[in-house]
Amino acid sequence: MYHHKTIAELSRGLAAGEYTSEQLTRHFLQRIEEHGAALNCFITVTAAEALAQAREADQRRARGEAGPLTGIPMVHKDIFCTDGVKTSCGSKMLDNFIAPYDATVVHKLKDAGMPMLGKTNMDEFAMGSSNETSFYGPVKNPWNTDTVPGGSSGGSAAVVAARLAPFATGTDTGGSIRQPAALCGITGLKPTYGRVSRFGMIAFASSLDQGGPMTGNAEDAALVLNVMAGFDARDSTSAEREVPDYSAGLARPLDGLRIGLPREYFGAGLNAEVAKVIEIAIEQYKQLGAEVIEISLPNSKLSVPTYYVVAPAECSSNLSRFDGVRFGYRCEAPKDLDDLYKRSRGEGFGAEVKRRIMIGTYALSAGYYDAYYLQAQKMRHLISDDFKQAFKNVDVVMGPTAPDVAFGLGAKSDDPVSMYLSDIYTIAANLAGLPGMSIPAGFVNEMPVGLQLIGNYFDEVRLLNVAHKYQQATDWHMRLPDAYA
Amino acid sequence: MSLQKEDVEKIAHLARLAIDEADIPDYARNLSSIFRLIEEMDAVDTGAVTPMAHPLDMPQRLRDDAVSEENQREHFQQIAPQVENGLYLVPQVIE
Amino acid sequence: MQWEVVIGLEIHAQLATKSKIFSGASTAYGAAPNTQACAVDLGLPGVLPVLNKEAVCMAAKFGLAIGARVASRSVFARKNYFYPDLPKGYQISQFELPIVEGGYIDIDLDDGGSKRIDVTRAHLEEDAGKSLHEDVHGMTGIDLNRAGTPLLEIVSEPDMRCAKEAVAYMRKIHSLVRYLEICDGNMQEGSFRCDANVSVRPVGQKELGTRTELKNINSFRFVERAINFEIERQIDVLEGGGKIVQETRLYDADKDSTRAMRSKEEANDYRYFPDPDLLPVVIEPEFLDTLKTGLPELPDEKRQRFVDEFELGAYDAGVLTASREIAEYFEAVVATGGAAKLSANWVMGELTGALNKGGQDIADSPVSAQMLGGMILRISDNTISGKIAKEVFEAMWAGEGDADTVIEAKGLKQITDTGAIESIIDEIIAANPGQVEQYRGGKDKLFGFFVGQVMKATQGKANPQQVNELLKAKLNG
Repeated sequence: MYHHKTIAELSRGLAAGEYTSEQLTRHFLQRIEEHGAALNCFITVTAAEALAQAREADQRRARGEAGPLTGIPMVHKDIFCTDGVKTSCGSKMLDNFIAPYDATVVHKLKDAGMPMLGKTNMDEFAMGSSNETSFYGPVKNPWNTDTVPGGSSGGSAAVVAARLAPFATGTDTGGSIRQPAALCGITGLKPTYGRVSRFGMIAFASSLDQGGPMTGNAEDAALVLNVMAGFDARDSTSAEREVPDYSAGLARPLDGLRIGLPREYFGAGLNAEVAKVIEIAIEQYKQLGAEVIEISLPNSKLSVPTYYVVAPAECSSNLSRFDGVRFGYRCEAPKDLDDLYKRSRGEGFGAEVKRRIMIGTYALSAGYYDAYYLQAQKMRHLISDDFKQAFKNVDVVMGPTAPDVAFGLGAKSDDPVSMYLSDIYTIAANLAGLPGMSIPAGFVNEMPVGLQLIGNYFDEVRLLNVAHKYQQATDWHMRLPDAYA
Repeated sequence: MSLQKEDVEKIAHLARLAIDEADIPDYARNLSSIFRLIEEMDAVDTGAVTPMAHPLDMPQRLRDDAVSEENQREHFQQIAPQVENGLYLVPQVIE
Repeated sequence: MQWEVVIGLEIHAQLATKSKIFSGASTAYGAAPNTQACAVDLGLPGVLPVLNKEAVCMAAKFGLAIGARVASRSVFARKNYFYPDLPKGYQISQFELPIVEGGYIDIDLDDGGSKRIDVTRAHLEEDAGKSLHEDVHGMTGIDLNRAGTPLLEIVSEPDMRCAKEAVAYMRKIHSLVRYLEICDGNMQEGSFRCDANVSVRPVGQKELGTRTELKNINSFRFVERAINFEIERQIDVLEGGGKIVQETRLYDADKDSTRAMRSKEEANDYRYFPDPDLLPVVIEPEFLDTLKTGLPELPDEKRQRFVDEFELGAYDAGVLTASREIAEYFEAVVATGGAAKLSANWVMGELTGALNKGGQDIADSPVSAQMLGGMILRISDNTISGKIAKEVFEAMWAGEGDADTVIEAKGLKQITDTGAIESIIDEIIAANPGQVEQYRGGKDKLFGFFVGQVMKATQGKANPQQVNELLKAKLNG
């Protein structure tokens, strides 16, 4: 079955003429038809467009102009602007928003010839760790539909976990690729800040947001990152440096690899069973030739408080453009300008988004700036320095992606602070701008556990290599939930 | 930090968010607990630390001064709530 | 009570770039609404700003020209507030680390002295769009063509003590940005705008009084009137026992008064923070040196050179260098016709008068610098007198050709032949025996009468100096 194959395998099959892109696309559309609604993982399915793009890909192949990704269907998180296709960001505010242009990432993957099957559900404006803040309702975890898939890229994670598509884009501001990847048992990569263009990716927190791939394994992540990454003249924060061939470095042996284990990532708050799974994974790495070094990231315990100043501060400003004037939701019959603003925003945004806008507004307001925003920026410096120090002695930092496996739907909805703490291990990489990955490493109570890998700046080659070698030695990443096998 | 009703109202106004009167106590309670979490940062003496505004340590790239955009008004205004004669309309603004 | 006035100005100069500060949309003035507002200017979801290099260069040039520090590292920040002409809900501006800090402008005072006005800072920011209040079904229309146009906001210290000083400062900045070719200075189109912070305090008091901010004053005349009105209003309030409220006020030119702006009545909390979409702007010293080398001669330097080189008075040199175009015109006149002082008088007198009358710019003058220089030559070589020259100038202005053509066509060449003038004098003496007798009897004033008669007889073409000399000899002899 096509959905059991990796992108690398599908690419070879297409190249060998074993099947066409149209066949693949029909197969995945069929699966979406079967399972999409139950998982609630799509906001929009673009079947007709996908088939047209598939036929175009087949013609391109016939002309001998196909690349490695040509004809392989994929889905986008609904945070990426797609020309002519609704781009909701999981919000009522943009429920009527047909994006008038393509994001750079969308453009690049379209150019590579990948048919887009649809746009995935997500936490509203990427603010959430469970996908429950979406205007379109929560996504269900394919491993147990009574639990959350994680967030904010929960729809993308569920799509890949149920193999409704071999690849989904995600974005990660505080763990939004890695945490749902962990909870859904797939591979998710958040590249170094600046590696993937943010142009056309609706901003949550500009200095933290980074787009990346969510796939079945590291080899596939490397294949799509080859296309997603790169300098973009339309993004001032895009790094002007060459894109290495991420696939070429995958097979490097791990002999002498130095793995740093931050003791702060194994303390209180971590589910003991999850800890055990991570320890076994580390043992596996030792067998692959790696050396394990205990390290300390002393300030990382304050990454959650720091993040909950920086991200809301930026979001409070980024989301000001949603004012009911030029696009998006506008309230009925505003009686004056103030009413237009307040009701359009009050009705268009959900509770969590409003909460974060209010946190950020308060943290930046007169009299509080120094105590909150400035202090957070200083903390950010300390947290980054911890990593700089660590990477003097280690090649990669490892630990759990999340403190626990997927929790029940609704379990944390009324307690924002406990929800925020589910990103406790992922946030630091965003604050520092470092690349991070989550790969499947085992199960607790039949729910997937993710191993987190954090690499040095722009060292995605090494990160993918370290993930790939593990996946060659294990088969956690190949397990599928029974219902979607 | 414990936020009062007036704080919530003030912030909601600054952020131009209409919130239900009935929800204010919830907001006050949630925001207060979030700010208590945030204030854990106070434990660290950051007197000598320089603030880090951005993860990228590079200068701003500069673009050549050239006109590269064409008029796409009709395209962009298709998604606008209310336009007339090419103008976006809002309730009357009094200066 | 004696009051001291304290004024500081914030000048907004639109930088003369082709494209906007953060997008590739055109900055041309006068396009149909929203046809020059691209995705970035509209603040569509997902768009990002990329900084225009020319805007940075222009700001740096301004800094160099006023002797300021051009920051090696400056930072863009977001100024957050909601307004329909501000698409993103924040203005990208500079706050803590502006691109230009310090510097000064020397202005001339009425008493002939000069005064130094310190510039606090100048920073780059984006302009907002326009709200059109003409009734569209009782709604306001928003045109975002102007949104994203680069602005240099030039903030002065509160160094000015009367409206006249404020105007002098504003004129000087206006002249400077045009010399530097970083702003077209067109006040009608809003390319050069001014907000004034005005307060009064009892003479001798150290602390500043509460100030009001006068918004968007779009002509030099209105600046003076608006400030003077506001000063009187504040003094009236204070002397009536009232208090000045710190507020933003709008000048109404029709009523010649100011009123508080409703939309700005609440205290603003702009929540500035560094824009995370933009990185610090770094200017290397080498780059600054290149810009410095490329600077044109600035008004004050040019003025001094005019004094030294052309032996002009400081006042005349100041008038001639107030605008780069006038200064260049003047230099071209001198290059053709020499006689710098005479040229200066013609440029400041006849030419400026004619231009003002027609409301024309010097660039549109029907009399080119070369034509005026050619006429000056004919004055200098005595072909025509200064008086006849006015006739020649008028003819040139009317498009009748250059000076030589006009002189030839109208027969305006001066009579310098002594014999011819003598015989005319003889005729006049003969025809006016009574006046000759009175003159010789001591009525010196009558000399003018004889000069007039000679000029009348020669239709003004006789060389006045020769007429004087010959008349004196004949009448006294």
